[in-house]
Amino acid sequence: MAVTRRQFVKVAAGGLASSSIAALGFSPTRALAEVRQFKLARTSETRNTCPYCSVGCGVILYGLGDKSKNARTEIIHVEGDPDHPVNRGTLCPKGAGLLDFIHSPNRLKYPEYRGPGETEWKRVSWDFAVNRIARLMKDDRDKNFLQKSGDVTVNRWTSVAFLAASASSNESGYITNKVIRAMGMTALDNQARV
Amino acid sequence: MTNHWADIKNADVVLVMGGNPAEAHPCGFKWVIEAKVKNKARLIVVDPRFTRTAAVADQFAQLRPGTDIAFLGGVIRYLLENDAIQKEYVKAYTNASFLLREDYGFHDGLFTGYDEAKRSYDKTTWAYQLDKDGYAKVDPTLQDPHCVYQAMKRHYARYTPELVSRVSGVPAADFLAICKTIASTAAPNRVMTSLYALGWTQHTVGSQNIRTMACIQLLLGNMGLPGGGVNALRGHSNIQGLTDLGVMSHLLPGYLTLPTDQDPDLKTYLQKRTPKPLRPGQMNYWQNYPKFFVSLLKAWFGAEATKENDFRFDWLPKNDKTYDILAAFELMYQGKINGYFCQGFNPLASVPDKGKLTAALSKLKYLVVIDPLSTETSTFWKKHGEFNDVDSRAIQTEVFRLPSSCFAEEDGSLVSSSRVLQWHWKAADPPGEAKGDPEIMAEIFLALRALYQKEGGTFPDPIVKLPWPYRSPRAPAPDELAREFNGRALADIPEPKDKTKTLVKEGEQLATFVHLQADGSTACGCWIFCGSWTQNGNQMARRDTADPSGLGTTPGWAWSWPANRRILYNRASADPAGKPWDASRKYLFWTGKKWAGPDVPDIKPDAAPDQGMSPFIMNAEGVGKLFALGGMAEGPFPEHYEPMETPLSVNPFSPKSAGKTLSNPAVRVFKGDREKFGSPKDFPFVATTYRLTEHFHFWTKHTRIAAVLQPEAFVEIGEELAKLRGIRNGEFIVVRSKRGQIKVKALVTKRIHALTIEGQEVHTVGLPLHWGFEGLTKPGYLVNTLTPFVGDANIQTPEFKAFLVDVQKA
Amino acid sequence: MALMSLDVVNQSASTSTTPQARRTLEVAKLIDISRCIGCKACQSACMEWNDLRDVVGVQEGFYTSPPDLSDQSWTLMRFNEQVIDGRLQWLILKDGCLHCQDPGCLKACPAPGAVIQHSNGIVDFQETNCIGCGYCIAGCPFHIPRLSGKDSKVYKCTLCSDRVGVGLEPACVKACPTQALGFGSKDDMLFQAEHRLDDLRERGFAKAAVYDPKGVGGTHVVLVLPHGDRPEAYGLPANPRVGPLLTVWRSGLARAAGVVTMVAVLAAGILHYMRRGPLEVPPEGDQGVKP
Repeated sequence: MAVTRRQFVKVAAGGLASSSIAALGFSPTRALAEVRQFKLARTSETRNTCPYCSVGCGVILYGLGDKSKNARTEIIHVEGDPDHPVNRGTLCPKGAGLLDFIHSPNRLKYPEYRGPGETEWKRVSWDFAVNRIARLMKDDRDKNFLQKSGDVTVNRWTSVAFLAASASSNESGYITNKVIRAMGMTALDNQARV
Repeated sequence: MTNHWADIKNADVVLVMGGNPAEAHPCGFKWVIEAKVKNKARLIVVDPRFTRTAAVADQFAQLRPGTDIAFLGGVIRYLLENDAIQKEYVKAYTNASFLLREDYGFHDGLFTGYDEAKRSYDKTTWAYQLDKDGYAKVDPTLQDPHCVYQAMKRHYARYTPELVSRVSGVPAADFLAICKTIASTAAPNRVMTSLYALGWTQHTVGSQNIRTMACIQLLLGNMGLPGGGVNALRGHSNIQGLTDLGVMSHLLPGYLTLPTDQDPDLKTYLQKRTPKPLRPGQMNYWQNYPKFFVSLLKAWFGAEATKENDFRFDWLPKNDKTYDILAAFELMYQGKINGYFCQGFNPLASVPDKGKLTAALSKLKYLVVIDPLSTETSTFWKKHGEFNDVDSRAIQTEVFRLPSSCFAEEDGSLVSSSRVLQWHWKAADPPGEAKGDPEIMAEIFLALRALYQKEGGTFPDPIVKLPWPYRSPRAPAPDELAREFNGRALADIPEPKDKTKTLVKEGEQLATFVHLQADGSTACGCWIFCGSWTQNGNQMARRDTADPSGLGTTPGWAWSWPANRRILYNRASADPAGKPWDASRKYLFWTGKKWAGPDVPDIKPDAAPDQGMSPFIMNAEGVGKLFALGGMAEGPFPEHYEPMETPLSVNPFSPKSAGKTLSNPAVRVFKGDREKFGSPKDFPFVATTYRLTEHFHFWTKHTRIAAVLQPEAFVEIGEELAKLRGIRNGEFIVVRSKRGQIKVKALVTKRIHALTIEGQEVHTVGLPLHWGFEGLTKPGYLVNTLTPFVGDANIQTPEFKAFLVDVQKA
Repeated sequence: MALMSLDVVNQSASTSTTPQARRTLEVAKLIDISRCIGCKACQSACMEWNDLRDVVGVQEGFYTSPPDLSDQSWTLMRFNEQVIDGRLQWLILKDGCLHCQDPGCLKACPAPGAVIQHSNGIVDFQETNCIGCGYCIAGCPFHIPRLSGKDSKVYKCTLCSDRVGVGLEPACVKACPTQALGFGSKDDMLFQAEHRLDDLRERGFAKAAVYDPKGVGGTHVVLVLPHGDRPEAYGLPANPRVGPLLTVWRSGLARAAGVVTMVAVLAAGILHYMRRGPLEVPPEGDQGVKP
């Protein structure tokens, strides 16, 4: 057994720390060996699907509180759904960090508006935003909507375009499509290409 | 995906090319590892760099970005020359035996019918010889010089291992070793799966990259079998669903297409889209187009849509040209688009040529961003130092930013890459005043409708009269919308074989698209989703994990389109007589009375094999197409063309055409963009972009954990290039293209090496695409500052994967 | 499987004997490097489960991030590019505590009850008892524990003792997308590991081996190394041992000598501490592989 001087000093000094503390009368009460508490004991569980890639992994969202009237659910943990036949409980680094997406400091919390030439956002109400957007749309549509091309009824509006989300639900995509096509918009696209 | 995630475990060979699933789809990639461990599968990776997928591969080849067709064309030649194809499958299930018109031809890189001025083809000659009944003529011996098999053999004769090597940079020996592994799956008891993603689509020849693989899989007899298929690994969680729902410029739900100016009325529109069978006895499923389309119009326009008014066919806009995302930004750049909506989308970072995009957005009158996160697009007008060097005061665009909820805060369904529609449940309320997307759309629509009701205006009808039957009009509920796209009967639907009986009662949810009618008696918002919310309730919420076949099919888990079918073309998993090709992978088989197996048959369930109904029921000829007829813009057989920016000046596959066929001859280039293509003299290195496993699109930089795992932008270069330019690992360098430049840290690696292309040394530069000037990561440049504004000739997916740059010390 | 204080079989600097009568199932984590894709899901899941968030650093030319283990990163993927037998290999090690059967950290620790060992094999730190002396760091043959700048206490992987204690697998193991991580009884994990070697040899990794080093009495994290003859290539010591004097220390000799030589040793100790400090972190090698 080779013992270097450095090792000896370390060991002896270590011996010093505890034995000398005890010798000097500072003996701690018997150290309590604890088992760490499991943090999900009574959280509420909700089945969901990871919103990132198209593997469609099942996830379980663990919420603080039991959903009783006075408890406001805050998601405190996200874990893979072990029943899911594709991910079988596993998650990738993005999925395993989903909690930080839900609670990202960069989540938007209220409508904002930036006027022409302005350098900062202004917080606005939903009513202001929606009514102003509708006004801008109507003025443009009334002006630029094309009803006929030659003899053919074409009913198209080409001067406003819409890019639909590709991580939003089918229900959202469906209603978006229905509304946008009813307005006559041609330049409707999604993120399939990029 | 033709197959599904868990099915990958059934493969004997996994070819990853044009994708990097270990990084982009890790949880799906587990089934590749499962195939390796449990099935002794071999994993082949062909990529411009040694990825984390390559780290666990059995065979790896580094190819030059943009030379996939050269490589795969070489594989086709190898298979044909060595007769390593599954002959019986090829004869019965592909158009190999079909005779082509005698005037079809291919010379010096161009197919017959090219119009150089228009940069497009007259495709008349890309067609079959037809008999007097309108059916295609065939030669089952495959000997006729005009049959597809012979034409294919001639076409790919040029794709020799030597030429493949000269163009792609893959040593011939490595190429041949990979060919050998691929060819092993021509045996009926061996199957290969192909996994690809944007590495194939984001090229000017993107669609043809995929077609080349489709041809290989048909030749090997790997389509329709467990462990086989051509599998697109989609990017976003619901990009499959949004595409299925037709949220694209030329589409309507269920891959129906938007009418064009050439479709003046419903009759003309339907006639053009309802094909006639090209061989006797084929299912030709698109013959049902009118049922799907009329049911859609009924779902959208309700009682307003009647037979007398063509079911309000005229309420749909008609396209005069394509309005894909590149076209939209070009129009914006020209000042022809005034308003722009981005719903959960960050185009400033994800559409090519950031400089052009900024200029385009600055010309808008208004921009509306609906997003859970603070995106670069929403702050395009804001100066962020060198990373977004704009003059806010000069930008007159009004910008709205509306907070939306995220997945955890809503109910709804998403379609995975496996075509599985999965329901998810809300766990918590969104933060602050954020709202769900359907609610935001409803509020905008209802506000616009109120203005039209009050003021009148141009063609208000479809806006004012659009049915809006939702319980809470300002917030249509996900279950209501899901029921609507599934569809219901608007009248009693009689049993076809016995009209005195009722198949579906009025008001009931439809169980299957087979019940759809063309007379207006059914409504269905997306025919391929029909069956997802039936009288039995929400099928997308099913959670049965049973897998009776052991092949990973789990037919009771959620619901997949079409008709809960898990493997498309599964009829082809059995031989023409209805017996499985491989008894150990028994999937669909003929019992003597009907088709049976662990999946929903992809064939008429009682069509006896001797009736000759072929497995590719969506095709008018009933078989898989080795020859694409007029389906593709740049030719019926995939041909290698160089990327728009290339280190070469002549296409080695068609050297006689000089510059004419250097790059895809059918590509659309907007005025001004061609001038922004760089030449190898100024930009000698080939760049490609990609994402890393720690990244999801441009989102995860807003999450702390992912930011910790990949904190700052970098560019990957090989050791040879680092030496050439005197660059040290970890130091800042400048990457320039003709369109702009970025400053970014260098990561010098052994995983990219210099290639020898046509005798010259070519270096590859790898640019991870993720970081920007918003987020928790270190602020940086948007990489699309460098990328060219040009797309695939068929579908306009931008060429993010191959362009030219120069790199220098900062 | 529920763990309780009764199941603590060993604790640092303890003068009282620990309960020995009960024996729970001995568990282990298996790291099969041949299945690892370096995705860092384990790192992500570890931070998330344990409520840790490391700092957002800078890119220094490596995939390894953060650059080192820390009080916030109890596991870390280390990437190392090597050409072995003419073939490029991207060697990826999931670094972190191996939960030795004969733990050097526990033996080195002078603070009563700051390091404990459960009968299932988990070696856990009890930070409330930690005095921040850093001896566990020196005592660890794998260079794992890290002193926190926030509270001067030492942290490392707990093998998710809180999860294992209620019958769950560790967070990293659950997350791992490619089953490169496994969890179960130690016997099972060793059996599985041996089984993997056949497949690896067939694929050309003739020297594939299981890493369960005997110098520390075996570990409760065992690895399958495709290049089993060169653990150093992954950043693992070939023959890790508990420092020889730690054994002396455990014998009580040092303690007996302690008080007598208190003054002399105190001086030596202080000198040593001043010159070298408790945190002797050797400089990092290329690609973030441990020296």
